[in-house]
Amino acid sequence: MDLQHSLALIVPEEILSVGGLVLLLAAAWLGDKASRGISVAAVVVIAAAAAFTVPVLCGGNMGADTQAFFGQLRVDAFAAYSKLLIYAAAAAALMIAPRFFDRWNAMRAEYPVLIVFAVLGMSIMVSASDLMALYIGLEMNSLAAYVLAAFLRTDSRSEEAGLKYFVLGALASGILLYGMSLTYGFAGTTSFEGIRAALSGGLSTGALFGLIFVLAGLAFKIAAVPFHMWTPDVYEGAPTPVTTFFATAPKVAAVSLLMRVSLDAFGGHADAWRQVVTFAALASIVVGALGAIGQDNIKRLLAYSSINNVGFILVGLAAATVEGASAMLVYLVIYVAMSIGSFVAVLMLRDAEGNQIESIADLAGLSRTNPAIAWCLLLLMLSLAGIPPLFGFWGKLVVFKAAVDAGMVLLATIAIAASVIGAFYYLKVGKVMFFDEPANKAQGRNDWAHWTLLIASTVFISPLGYLLTGWLGNLADAASAALFLTA
Amino acid sequence: MIQVLAFYLFAALTIASAVLVISARNPVHSVLWLIVAFFNAAGLMVLAGAEFIAMLLVIVYVGAVAVLFLFVVMMLDIDFSELRAGFVRNFPLGLLIALVLLAELVFGIGAYQAGRIELATGTADQVTAMADSNIAAIGQVLYGQYLFLFESAGIILLVAMIGAIVLTHRDRKDTRPQNIGKQIRRRPGEATRNVKPEIGQGVQL
Repeated sequence: MDLQHSLALIVPEEILSVGGLVLLLAAAWLGDKASRGISVAAVVVIAAAAAFTVPVLCGGNMGADTQAFFGQLRVDAFAAYSKLLIYAAAAAALMIAPRFFDRWNAMRAEYPVLIVFAVLGMSIMVSASDLMALYIGLEMNSLAAYVLAAFLRTDSRSEEAGLKYFVLGALASGILLYGMSLTYGFAGTTSFEGIRAALSGGLSTGALFGLIFVLAGLAFKIAAVPFHMWTPDVYEGAPTPVTTFFATAPKVAAVSLLMRVSLDAFGGHADAWRQVVTFAALASIVVGALGAIGQDNIKRLLAYSSINNVGFILVGLAAATVEGASAMLVYLVIYVAMSIGSFVAVLMLRDAEGNQIESIADLAGLSRTNPAIAWCLLLLMLSLAGIPPLFGFWGKLVVFKAAVDAGMVLLATIAIAASVIGAFYYLKVGKVMFFDEPANKAQGRNDWAHWTLLIASTVFISPLGYLLTGWLGNLADAASAALFLTA
Repeated sequence: MIQVLAFYLFAALTIASAVLVISARNPVHSVLWLIVAFFNAAGLMVLAGAEFIAMLLVIVYVGAVAVLFLFVVMMLDIDFSELRAGFVRNFPLGLLIALVLLAELVFGIGAYQAGRIELATGTADQVTAMADSNIAAIGQVLYGQYLFLFESAGIILLVAMIGAIVLTHRDRKDTRPQNIGKQIRRRPGEATRNVKPEIGQGVQL
């Protein structure tokens, strides 16, 4: 447990922080003209961090050797799995940004720098095994995210999104900290291992309060109902590349964190939090599905869709088993691919003057004016709805299977029934694109980065994705085995 | 014995100055009494053997009070000439306070040399005697056990700073900042011009 061992374990974080600092200097000296180059460099930095994370996942690292800095961090296969997913999503958010911001001359060199620091924060979040490390990582990510939401300074909606996200995020942090202080007060330690040991005798009312507050704070970060109110506004107002980022990377990080807290620190008291998680899961599925129906802005619709998806992920957590955790991890990969794909498709829709098209009515007849994007978007929507031949179905299947195996048949049944409501609005988008009279709005050229990402994610969610199930399942099993090692 | 005496002195003065903070009519006086209260609270911390907190109290709170002072001065309409008018009349009071503070310093240092005050403790096993001074002990924890978190907190502050600059910094075109390089490079020919005006015509500038 000496310093050298700890430092060797956190090489990805070191690369990210040093890389972020160097890029910050580059941004200060070279100015906004170099922002494209800096974005490329940021992708390279993130790829380098990923290269040092892959062996940890493939080796299935777990146990005492993975503890760094007196057990404040645990760099095991579970952390590596989430980290790789976060790195991939962040790289996508970097690649799609320049073309979007160029429209307003708003691409600035700080965008990639902030993304790198947000990724660093998320890296700390997913490897945290101490309440303090958890909070530090969460705040680092959140602070960068608040700024990113308001990045388009000339757009009042973007500013509103930033402010709203900041105020509500600060409130959630307060709730989380209150819960953490209660937990610390009743457990006498902040390390997850210590909390687990201290609470093994039984959960006192005070510790239960702490648990509930911690869960509420984290539920805000993953936008689970009833803490979801900010999501549609922030997703709509934030610049689309930033929304892509919000819908993917921080969600993966917060879900992983929630898994670590509930299955590791409070793993001995699954009965205490199962009720809360079950409610949040069902409420998210239903509110996400019903809320999306009335939306006429595609970004708001996708925001409700992400709330809906978080509900399905939480179904896996309610099972509180190794299979449940593994199913959540599989679902997360598919969810990230679907989100990146659909937001990139939205990003590619521009009218003749180059303005972004966000209203669903303007998508009318897209299949005739821009068939490639229309087909990709249709496949992504059907996959989000969980229609069988597509890969989105697999994610829902494994999650429901885990819930049924854990004896939660009722939860799984209600969730499946509610997912039918969700299918309605996904199909509505398809109907508008394929059967309505063309509005002839969408056109405009797009660069290769958009096409690459859109096609890659569409291929991933297409039936071809099933070729990966074995491999993905093995990795997720290794990761959840590492998570459950102490349990 | 000296510790107990010093304790009552500091405690009484903390309360007295705190009362004066809220009862003083003049906001400037309130702020000054607040400083006295903080100094006395810091003295109490020294007596309890927590030198680090004592220093924090003085540095942080007195720093904050300086800001508050500026705020009061800027926001409220205070006639400073009137304040200075009573200097000779109030001189004995000022001298008295200075003497009290001096006495406190002497007491405080004396008490500190004599060892920290014996605090009543609930359970004996929770109080472990510290070999080092507080500051060394805090340093050990901060730069040893919590090194990673400490450095990460530094990055959070950096991110906050980047954020503030990204959101507020604007390149203003209407300002004329001094460009020293340009000033030095300037040649007489660029700035002056020889003209020979006709008599009675005036000059064209």
